Amino acid sequence: MVRIVGVGLTPFGTTPERTGRDMFAEASDAAFADAGVPRTDAEALYYGNFMGALAEHQGHQGPLMAEAAGIQAPATRFETACASSGAAVRHAVQTLRNGEADLLLVGGAERMTNLGTDGATEALAIAADDLWEVRAGVTFPGAYALMANAYFDTYGGSREDLAHVAVKNHENALENEHAQYQQRIDVDTVLEAPTVSAPLGLYDSCPISDGASAIVLASDEYVAENDVDAPVSITGTGQGGDNLALHDREFLARSPAAEDAATEAYDDAGIGPDDVELAEVHDCFTIAEVLALESLGFYEPGEAIGAARRGETTATGDRPINLSGGLKAKGHPVGATGTAQIAELTQLLRGDHVNSDAVPDATVGLAHNAGGTVASAFVHVVEVAE
Amino acid sequence: MSDPDDSAGEAGYDEWIAALEDGEGYYLACPNGHGSLPPRRRCPHCSSGELTEQALPETGTIATFTETQVPIPSFADDAPYVVAIVDFGDVRLTGQLGEIDPAAVEIGQVVAPDIVERETTGEPLVAFRPV
Repeated sequence: MVRIVGVGLTPFGTTPERTGRDMFAEASDAAFADAGVPRTDAEALYYGNFMGALAEHQGHQGPLMAEAAGIQAPATRFETACASSGAAVRHAVQTLRNGEADLLLVGGAERMTNLGTDGATEALAIAADDLWEVRAGVTFPGAYALMANAYFDTYGGSREDLAHVAVKNHENALENEHAQYQQRIDVDTVLEAPTVSAPLGLYDSCPISDGASAIVLASDEYVAENDVDAPVSITGTGQGGDNLALHDREFLARSPAAEDAATEAYDDAGIGPDDVELAEVHDCFTIAEVLALESLGFYEPGEAIGAARRGETTATGDRPINLSGGLKAKGHPVGATGTAQIAELTQLLRGDHVNSDAVPDATVGLAHNAGGTVASAFVHVVEVAE
Repeated sequence: MSDPDDSAGEAGYDEWIAALEDGEGYYLACPNGHGSLPPRRRCPHCSSGELTEQALPETGTIATFTETQVPIPSFADDAPYVVAIVDFGDVRLTGQLGEIDPAAVEIGQVVAPDIVERETTGEPLVAFRPV
C-alpha cells in the first residue's frame, strides 16, 4: 500500500504578492511537520502546476520547488491543467508500488490572482483547444456552461438545483481555516449573482485562487522501518482521457474520462461506488460536481442534479461531498487542487479535520480531480488502512 | 510575456477558415464515419489514417450554447456573445451565433456556418446564423 504520512496546505485565497516558491515552501514544511520524517529522506518531488509560465514567467518549476521544499532530490513538474497534481499523485503511487522509491514528496502550487480577473480568465482558457474553442470565444466558465445547458436539455434540472451545490459547499467551508470563502450563502444569493456565462453565475464558479499543497507518501517498508504513524493509505488509482475539444465528445452532458478513471480506481482498490463514504470532487463549477457524482457511479446519469437539494450530499447527508468546501468555497489554485483534495480527505479520515465529526466512522474516501472539461481525469481511493 | 508571431499563421486551420469563407467548408472524414477538423493525420475517434475532405453540410443544429458575459481579453469588445456547438452530422463545430436575439436561441435550432470578423482583434471567427 501507499501510505500517506503527512499533509500540508497553505491558506487558499488572494495573496497576489506571494511567489509560487514561497507558497510551496510553506505547504511542504507543513507536510513534513505533519509526517514527522526527515525531508532529506525524500527521493523525488512530483509537482503539479498549470499556468506558472504565464503567471510567474517561470518554467522548469520542478527543481525550483524541490529547493523551496528543502529536499535534495530530483523533481518533475506534471501538467494536466486543473488536474496537474492529481497526475503527480498517480505517478507517485506507481513509483512507490514499483519499489523504485520509498519516500516521495508530492504537491502543487498555483499563483493566479496577480494576473487579475482578465489575465486569469485568459490563462485558464488555454486548457481548451486554442484553434477550435478559444478562437470561438470559449472561456473556462463558458465551456462548463455549454455542458450545463446540454445537461438541462438532456436530463432536466435548473439553476436552483445547481445553487444548492454552491450553498452546501460554502456551508462546509465555514470552519475550514484553509478555505478562501468562510462565508455562508443562500440559494437567492447564487441565483441573483451576476452571470458569467449563462446559466452559470458568479456563485456557480470557483474563485481565482493562490495556494499550495503537499503530501508525503511512503512505502509500507519505510513506515515499518521508521515506526511512522500513517493510518491512511491510497489504495486505488485511476486515470481517464478524452478528446480535448468538447465538440468532439459523443456526450456533451457527461464526463466519460472520469468514469474510466473511477472504474480503474475502484478495481484497483477492490471496492465499488457504494463503499465510498465521503468524497472530494472537482467542483470548479456547480455543474461539475453533478457530472462528477454521476461519473463516479454514485448516481445514474440525470440523477445527481438534485442530490444537494435533497440533502444527500450535505455534511449530514448519506454521503457527504466536498466537506472541505470543495473548489467552490475552499478555492482552486489549480495546480494545488489534486493534492489538496488528498490532504483534506486524509485529515477527515484521521479525525483531525475541523469537519471530521461529520464522518466519525468513515474509512473509505475518494478524490476526483479533473483537467479542462474533463479531458483529463484522476480518481484516487483513500482508506483508513495500515 | 510575448505572444507568438501571428504572421506565421496556422497551417491547416487558415486554409479551412478561407474555404468556409468561400462557401466551401469541409471536414475530415474517416472510413468509419467519424468527422473531425484539421490539421490532423489520424481520426480522433478510431485512429484511422485514411482521412478525406468532405463537404460540410450547409446547415447544422444547435447542440448546446451559452451567452458569455465575462470574456477573455481578446474578445472584450465582442462581449456579450453567444457561443454554440453545432451538430453537422458526422462533425460538430464551435462558433458564435449572430443575427439572433440571445433570448431566442434554442437547442435544436437550425443554423448555417460562416466566417465573420472578431470585433476586438479583427481575426476571423466561426459564426452561425439562423436559417
